[in-house]
Amino acid sequence: MKVMSQIAMVMNLDKCIGCHTCSVTCKQAWTNRSGVEYVWFNNVETRPGQGYPRRYEDQQRWKGGWELNKRGKLKLKQGGRLKRLAEIFSNPVLPDIKDYYEPWTYDYHKLTNAPLGDDFPVAEPRSLISGKPMKIEWSSNWDDNLGGAPEHGDLDPMVAKVREQAAEKVKFAFEQTFMFYLPRICEHCINPACVASCPSGAMYKRAEDGIVLVDQDSCRGWRQCVTGCPYKKVYFNHRTGKAEKCTLCYPRLEVGLPTVCSETCVGRLRYLGVILYDADQVTRAASAPRETDLYEEQLGIFLDPEDPEVRAAAERDGIPYDWIEAARRSPVHALISKYKVALPLHPEYRTMPMVWYIPPLSPVVDALNETGHDGEEADNLFGAIDTLRIPLEYLAEIFTAGDMRPVRASLEKLAAMRSHMREINLGGTPDGSTAERVGMSAYEIEEMYRLLAVAKYEDRYVIPTAAVGNAQALEESVLPEGCSLDFEGGPGMGGSGPVGEASGRPAPVAVENFHVLADRATADEPADTGRSRVNLLNWDGNGRPEGLFPDREERQ
Amino acid sequence: MTTLLWGILPYVILVLLIGGLIWRYRYDKFGWTTRSSQLYESKLLRWASPAFHYGILFVLAGHVMGLLIPESWTDKLGVNEHAYHLMSLIGGTAAGVLTVAGIVLLIYRRRTTGPVFLATTRNDKLMYLVLLAAIVLGMVAKLTHASGEGYNYRHTISPWLRSIFTLQPKTELMVGVPVLYQIHVVVGLALIALVPFSRLVHMFSAPLQYLFRPYIVYRSRDTERLTARPERRGWERIGQ
Ligand code: SF4
Ligand code: SF4
Repeated sequence: MKVMSQIAMVMNLDKCIGCHTCSVTCKQAWTNRSGVEYVWFNNVETRPGQGYPRRYEDQQRWKGGWELNKRGKLKLKQGGRLKRLAEIFSNPVLPDIKDYYEPWTYDYHKLTNAPLGDDFPVAEPRSLISGKPMKIEWSSNWDDNLGGAPEHGDLDPMVAKVREQAAEKVKFAFEQTFMFYLPRICEHCINPACVASCPSGAMYKRAEDGIVLVDQDSCRGWRQCVTGCPYKKVYFNHRTGKAEKCTLCYPRLEVGLPTVCSETCVGRLRYLGVILYDADQVTRAASAPRETDLYEEQLGIFLDPEDPEVRAAAERDGIPYDWIEAARRSPVHALISKYKVALPLHPEYRTMPMVWYIPPLSPVVDALNETGHDGEEADNLFGAIDTLRIPLEYLAEIFTAGDMRPVRASLEKLAAMRSHMREINLGGTPDGSTAERVGMSAYEIEEMYRLLAVAKYEDRYVIPTAAVGNAQALEESVLPEGCSLDFEGGPGMGGSGPVGEASGRPAPVAVENFHVLADRATADEPADTGRSRVNLLNWDGNGRPEGLFPDREERQ
Repeated sequence: MTTLLWGILPYVILVLLIGGLIWRYRYDKFGWTTRSSQLYESKLLRWASPAFHYGILFVLAGHVMGLLIPESWTDKLGVNEHAYHLMSLIGGTAAGVLTVAGIVLLIYRRRTTGPVFLATTRNDKLMYLVLLAAIVLGMVAKLTHASGEGYNYRHTISPWLRSIFTLQPKTELMVGVPVLYQIHVVVGLALIALVPFSRLVHMFSAPLQYLFRPYIVYRSRDTERLTARPERRGWERIGQ
């Protein structure tokens, strides 16, 4: 057994309202530069829908992920190493800009500079790629809320698959449609096909936290990773000629803050935590012959941090103590392995994705209520799951390679939770029979309820800092106010470094903002950072923070 | 003039090449890329790029064979001058045609596809000019001297080039060489000097190590980078 740790995410799709806040804040943080205008590290797609880039799930065409060769060994779907190198001069299966969408801006200045006249001035869309006026025909969420579904709905590769088995299940007539939102980021896979297909070895998985990154200094722009990733979550920056991808906001995680998409999620539906897994089992698990077994196989390599043997092995393999502790409190571990309500996205790609999803139950409840039934009554709910408006088959194609049992089990648990909690809310005392029907205890159901419905900030994000793992960096990121150089006359003294005010080492911005925002949210006085350096971005214009202006006396 | 062109210039080029590569590696790793434009346009690229790249690799192999391997070695293998000439004429021309077709198509694509042309820098334009000139001049030189046994550069240019590496340049060997070949050599040298300073530098990162490394790469967190980077001083205090 070789224990490795990974920061993983779970999203509770029940709560996603499709507001795209996560996408927008992520874009502001990471991809608001030229060269990556078309790139959304986080995107939210309406399902059924084609997704972004269009039809990325059609691996017959895009050749992403892994497959088994004749001998049952894992090999990249895009071909072996020699084939990769032979095709390096022109990648035959690279999505081009039209498959994502051509990014554009508007001729805004026409609005303000147009001469006075009878006609309203119009801001024409202009392509950010060619600079020419363009017709907007597609974007990263053009089919949002099923826009155009009667026309394009059939282009969803998963719809096509479901139709093969149950043609009547997916309908796009208005009264019969269904939809839910699927927010997607890079999966930070355990067996990442992007890393495996990078010829330069510039992509890597960080050993400590499993984050998959691109080394910008060694990337040579061979673009094989874009093809390798079945989720199409590596992008090519057309200005710098380098690959870029979701970083899981590693600078934030390192200081114990959640990713930007999680922090800003309106539905508060994202969970972050540590998962321990057995690295020795990865290849075996990823090469399970039957695709429908892959979900169970992946569950099988996750280790239980409550098991003393696992903890001893983790310590032996150099996992820091507080990471092991964090793994025990990890909401992600609970949702994936304990309650088994979270499911992986497309396990059949064999990359072992690490962003998991709790399938949506709400549409069932709504549908039931509409028919005049009590949508939260256990029997009604259980019965309705099979006749769901979101057909189980469709969810299964997305989350379990077509096996409906895990999806049904997960939805039944969510349904049991609803009716159990309703009984409590109505003043009754549930006898625990509903919980038993889904193989849980009343206590577990209530715990799960706290995690999923109450969803406190500190329960959703249990992120051990990198600093505690690396004790030498402790003082900087955990105690931004104290500095070991803070002795009389020392360089850190009074916040002034050797070369005057504001010199020396600043606290990481993420940490500073975090504390300042917390201050401001809790104090009723003008926000004052109390730190030597005033960050004007944080100053709310209220009062006169110390340090904003130099002291008068001092100026003598 | 002879000394300047055939005795000094090659060393200047070598210094530029090696020094340039070191400089680029140390100060511009981020800019060291193929700067692929496949995202903008792939239909033409699909044919043009492999044609050019495979063509030029053959051409390169041909140059290595013709310039670096002494005639006496091939003689020992029983390849006589006539056979060699035919081989180099046919193989070289085939590779050359492939390369020229590739690069002409690539340049056409670059000029006519809006986004690709927008992404073309002045540096690129200069590079394309020299590259195209070197290839075309090479073809012209070869084909104008193709009749009969052709021009046997293995008695002049090849030993001269090898003498560069032994640090005793035999400049006199280059005196009688046909002008077309001379021009081709000079333009070729210019191209070599351009390599570290243009996108051509990507040839030095041909990822052959990919064939031998394990699929999944792990790296440890860079502990140096964990703390905030010390801010660089942007000003100097004057007076008190
Ligand atoms: S989802 Fe992320 S880690 Fe997985 S293959 Fe794609 S880019 Fe790599
Ligand atoms: S911010 Fe949250 S609720 Fe809004 S789209 Fe993103 S994941 Fe869904």
